[in-house]
Amino acid sequence: MSTTVLFDAPGPRARVRNGLLTVISVVAVAAVLYGIYRGFDAKGQWEGKIWQPFLQWGTWETFILPGLLGTLQAAVVAAVLALVFGAVFGLARLSDHAWIRIPAGVVVEVFRAIPLLLLIFFIFYLAPAVLGGGDYTFIAVVLGLMLYNGSVLAEVVRAGVHAVPRGQSEAAFAVGMRKNQVMRLVLLPQAVTAMMPAIVSQLVVLLKDTALGYIIAYVDLLNTGFKILPAAFFGSLIPAAIVIGIIYVALNMALSFLATWLERRSRRSRKTAAAPIAAPGSAEVSVGAGEGTEDAGLGPDRSVE
Amino acid sequence: MEDLIRYAPDLALGFLENIKLSIVAAIASLILGTVLVAMRVSPTPVLRAAGTIYVNIVRNTPLTLVLAFSALGLSDQLGLVFSDVPTTNSFWIVAMGLSAYTAAFVCEALRAGINTVPLGQAEAARAIGLTFMQSLRMIILPQAFRAVIAPLGSVMIAMVKNTTVATAGGFAMDSASKMKEAFDQVGASIPIFLGIVVAFMAVTLPIGFFTGRLARRLAVAR
Repeated sequence: MSTTVLFDAPGPRARVRNGLLTVISVVAVAAVLYGIYRGFDAKGQWEGKIWQPFLQWGTWETFILPGLLGTLQAAVVAAVLALVFGAVFGLARLSDHAWIRIPAGVVVEVFRAIPLLLLIFFIFYLAPAVLGGGDYTFIAVVLGLMLYNGSVLAEVVRAGVHAVPRGQSEAAFAVGMRKNQVMRLVLLPQAVTAMMPAIVSQLVVLLKDTALGYIIAYVDLLNTGFKILPAAFFGSLIPAAIVIGIIYVALNMALSFLATWLERRSRRSRKTAAAPIAAPGSAEVSVGAGEGTEDAGLGPDRSVE
Repeated sequence: MEDLIRYAPDLALGFLENIKLSIVAAIASLILGTVLVAMRVSPTPVLRAAGTIYVNIVRNTPLTLVLAFSALGLSDQLGLVFSDVPTTNSFWIVAMGLSAYTAAFVCEALRAGINTVPLGQAEAARAIGLTFMQSLRMIILPQAFRAVIAPLGSVMIAMVKNTTVATAGGFAMDSASKMKEAFDQVGASIPIFLGIVVAFMAVTLPIGFFTGRLARRLAVAR
């Protein structure tokens, strides 16, 4: 951290100033935390009584774990379907035939633009009309997540295949491979390596978005933990929010670390000629304009590595 | 089709609420995101840690939880009230939650932008004696902003779409709630759904187009 280039190695005066700033910021952060603590305290949120339920196995067994299971079920099923959807439509968009390429492009662009909650609502209301009565919360959540994330993944697939240098496919054609062989044997294996980090980041988004099921009363972690549990234990709303918040953050951070690790691995991988592509919608900046700035950048975090 | 025409005024009013939420959240999240990124690159380790922790927690929490917590937890339980009128209050609660959530993504975008500024720029700024705040304000951030116009556009598009989650924050005036009300009465109606989708696309597509153009025009030539 000390090697970051945004500021000099501190001299005596700067060191005093930095010390002062540190003290001031510690005080400011502590003041904010204390303010939150006091706010909670004033409303009696630290009473052992309302935190008690989370120390008992029964609470976890009846509320939190079934909800977590619901969340994971929806996430896993939707992830598998979205990957299939993404692969099919991503490859369809790369097709040489306009009658495949254009409809696939329209589908991908439209589903990417629809707010996910509206899509879930629509499926939720449409399903009983088409399929007859029943519980369609799971289907609505899974299909909504599949269509939206699948469309985003289709773009990832397309970007991944484009990220393989042109020489690779030219060489493959030159040795006499057919179109389908070039794609299957040369482009896709390299593209998948480059796509991996972006795919995992999108799966984090998918896992997070399963929480939208709460709004249509799908039995997920947010529903059991934040709606049913506080109804059973009066006053435990805020502890419940904190506990399930920690579970969500832990799940997503674990997946995010996996993405970072995969990205670092594929950056130095020699199995692919393609550079890892940025996660869609993420803030990653493509380094097209000023190439080679990648490693010269001034990220304070880079100096740690 | 007549369903759409019958509910159009109601849906339009709902959509207007989405737009109002988007405007408030855009301004607030850009400001808060810039403050956060300044914290994350500052020379003070405490501020850096605070910024990092905030971004990592907020970014990994579902927006639904953030909004539901803002409404049920902060507002109902802890007594954070912006206004005595329930709808106005829930509007600002949702705007606050959405801004706090989006700010984490704005911060990440800007940090990626700072990473694209070449080392020499910061070294030159230091060499002519600029302080940390001066070099950030006059050298680094202007270039960082210009590098991330397109990603910031994506963040803003996602935010506009996220305004539909306002329902989770107890704000029942937006177009998602209006669409649900209409569906409750006439059943799933494809024209109504498509009408709202087209309205959203009419906002998000120009944002993408405009930021894309701006990004190309303002790209820092290196």
